Amino acid sequence: MLNIYRGREGMISWALHRLTGLGVLLFLLIHIADIYVINYGPEAFDELLFIYHNPFFRAMEVLLVAALYYHGLNGLRIIAIDFWDRAVLYQRQLFWAVVIAFFVTFIPTAILMLRPVLWAN
Amino acid sequence: MLSRGGGRARPARGGGFELYSWYFFRISGLVLIFMAIFHVVVMHVVNTVDEIDFAFVADRWNSPFWRVYDMLLLFFAMLHGVNGARVSIDDYVHRAGWRIVAYSALWLITVLFLVIGAMAIVTFDPNAFDTVTAGS
Repeated sequence: MLNIYRGREGMISWALHRLTGLGVLLFLLIHIADIYVINYGPEAFDELLFIYHNPFFRAMEVLLVAALYYHGLNGLRIIAIDFWDRAVLYQRQLFWAVVIAFFVTFIPTAILMLRPVLWAN
Repeated sequence: MLSRGGGRARPARGGGFELYSWYFFRISGLVLIFMAIFHVVVMHVVNTVDEIDFAFVADRWNSPFWRVYDMLLLFFAMLHGVNGARVSIDDYVHRAGWRIVAYSALWLITVLFLVIGAMAIVTFDPNAFDTVTAGS
């Protein structure tokens, strides 16, 4: 993706938007499959959930939320540019606004999500 | 078509499916900002994955509100995501044969996952398992 055109903020925001979108879609498919197992009863379902308690998956879960937050915030930027003519003049500033809003929302979320691990025992 | 640093340029007037797809992308995106973020906050921040198990889902799906909510989220998220995958295939898969393979796989995955997702939400009956547990 990145070797086709060497742009700046517009290019980076676009590549990240696609990458995070496809990543969230992949998780959505996994998530639909795991919820489907609930109709096989409590034993089958609860046993399957070991996946989500695995440290690797915990990290992936936080990464998923990061992808979702970025995708949503940058999506708002895209909609602003598409429907409001003057926004295109500020698309670069809007990208940095997305980056700042991302960290402001994601960092507290990540800390809250990891609280059972961070404050274990 | 000149992109303006945002998303794809809006397809020309009378663009039929592509124009509807363009609008659907933005409208479903706005809906998902509220629905998906609320879902994440309830399931991963207020609760964590440690609290979620069969009993948690059974309790949640006792309420028709959450069943309807999850059904809407399923359809909005799947169709928005699959539309993104469709545009990606359009961008990266150029050979006619491979395009047919990729689009067919995408359609198959879309229908299959919407059906099994909807089935899980509609047919789930926690009491079906309670009697089994009580009897054993």
